Amino acid sequence: MLLEVRDLDVRYGAVHAVRGVSLAVEQGEIVALLGPNGAGKSSILNACLGLAPRSGGSVTFNGAPISRLPTEIIVRRGLTLTPEGRRVFPHLTVMENLKIGAAANAKLRRETAGRVEEMLALFPALTDRRTQLAGTLSGGEQQMLAIARSLMSAPQALLLDEPSLGLAPNIVDQIFDLIAELKRRGVTILLVEQNVELSLAIADRGYLLASGRIALAGTTAELKSTGRLERAYLGIA
Amino acid sequence: MDLFLQQVVNALSLGGTYALLALGLAVVFSVLGLINFAHGELMTLTGYAIFFALAAGLPYPVALVLGVLVATASAVVMERVAFRPLRNSNATVMLLSSFAVAAMLHVLFQNLISARPKAIPAPQFLMRNVEVLGLQIGAVQLVSIAVTAISLLGLTLFLRRSTLGIATRAAASDFNITRLMGINANLVISTAFAISGLLAGIAALLWLFQRGSVDPLMGFLPVLKAFIAAVLGGLGSLSGAVVGGLLLGFIEVGLRAYLPDGMQAYREAIGLTIVIAVLFFYPSGLVPRREAVR
Ligand SMILES: Nc1ncnc2c1ncn2[C@@H]1O[C@H](COP(=O)(O)OP(=O)(O)OP(=O)(O)O)[C@@H](O)[C@H]1O
Ligand SMILES: [Mg+2]
Repeated sequence: MLLEVRDLDVRYGAVHAVRGVSLAVEQGEIVALLGPNGAGKSSILNACLGLAPRSGGSVTFNGAPISRLPTEIIVRRGLTLTPEGRRVFPHLTVMENLKIGAAANAKLRRETAGRVEEMLALFPALTDRRTQLAGTLSGGEQQMLAIARSLMSAPQALLLDEPSLGLAPNIVDQIFDLIAELKRRGVTILLVEQNVELSLAIADRGYLLASGRIALAGTTAELKSTGRLERAYLGIA
Repeated sequence: MDLFLQQVVNALSLGGTYALLALGLAVVFSVLGLINFAHGELMTLTGYAIFFALAAGLPYPVALVLGVLVATASAVVMERVAFRPLRNSNATVMLLSSFAVAAMLHVLFQNLISARPKAIPAPQFLMRNVEVLGLQIGAVQLVSIAVTAISLLGLTLFLRRSTLGIATRAAASDFNITRLMGINANLVISTAFAISGLLAGIAALLWLFQRGSVDPLMGFLPVLKAFIAAVLGGLGSLSGAVVGGLLLGFIEVGLRAYLPDGMQAYREAIGLTIVIAVLFFYPSGLVPRREAVR
């Protein structure tokens, strides 16, 4: 297992957002993490990167425990997150946003120019906007930039938090095509999405999260066939 | 007219010093949300470092460089000792810690050195007037303006060109996401403090050239002014700090030059009234900090 979450608990004061969640992602897989608003999906991804308060359980990456490491060290080990709501640096240019994605270590910094070109090839929409401030990009462009910025650190595994949120259908399709392309390039992906149909179409396996617990897990075929997903989503499983 | 231009030069030189100090406050505030009230003590440290370096017989230029380095290093050490252990507590706790650092340094300066001023004579070449375009201008003012301009240019280049500079700007807008780029949070914060210390050290040199002595409270007044300048420009905004500093310089010099003698006693009060009036119309400052994303 490349990424393994065991008995994870996340609490924000009195709010117990994640309750004993275990999940695993194998090298080369796309795994979908589905669930209604407030189920705790973002909390799980953030806790993997040390950005949410983990009150119990553990996270291992490549066999090594990472739950006590600071965020920046986890990223340097090859795990990264494209957070919910894109969060590009609005007052930095597209180019600066990309550059800073490769700031983690000297080797990446040396390869910055080449990787920027690679990203612009992967996201042609950004090519003409290098010198534009990221805050002035459209929502779809910002999402592309956010993913490209994450990829600048050449991650082994990428956690994607609702990349299609608030985007027009044709842009959503582009984003999902891109996720499939990343898989072909060998990036392992844990995908949090509201768009169940599209997610199950590209994922290998999936988990359904409800009220901070795993309600359902299985291959996408299993999840699709039983109709249990819809029922679980509606809370009548 | 000549007198007017003379005053413009004075205003630029005083305002430039305020701008450097306000920038130092703003850089730290933008990254950490902390107003470092011990910023003035960095200036004072520069003063004493130069005093002792000269007393030890070091050449004048070496003493100046040493003074600036002491402020830079002290700022970094201050962060490690007084602020880093408190990073996860709220901003008020760090603010109180900065008051404590300032108070302790005052007491140390008073008891270990002296409560009385120590003379640091400015070098001869700064005591002269220089003729520029038929105008007699103090060399000190000229040097101040030049040093301020070079410092601002250097800082701009650093923040725009270097990876660490871009990271510092990124951290000012979204700290967690900056860490998500694999960038060491402590390194960025140390950088912000180093910049603030460097600017305080440079400002201290300019201040010393004008005053010729250092005492335990040397940094208090200029940093109070710099704080006003930072608020005037928009707290946490770097360009705002520069604008606020320069404007405050113009207000002060203008009042000193053109207020009737009978009203000079109220100069500070009138100056602050102008500041308050500006803030009345621009409550978030003249160049407000762009909305941070958190
Ligand atoms: N920083 C926080 N402080 C307090 N409570 C929080 C915080 N972040 C999340 N929560 C709470 O934790 C619970 C889970 O939130 P989380 O963001 O993980 O859900 P989610 O599944 O990602 O939802 P969505 O689909 O809306 O993004 C929610 O009840 C939320 O209110
Ligand atoms: Mg979420």
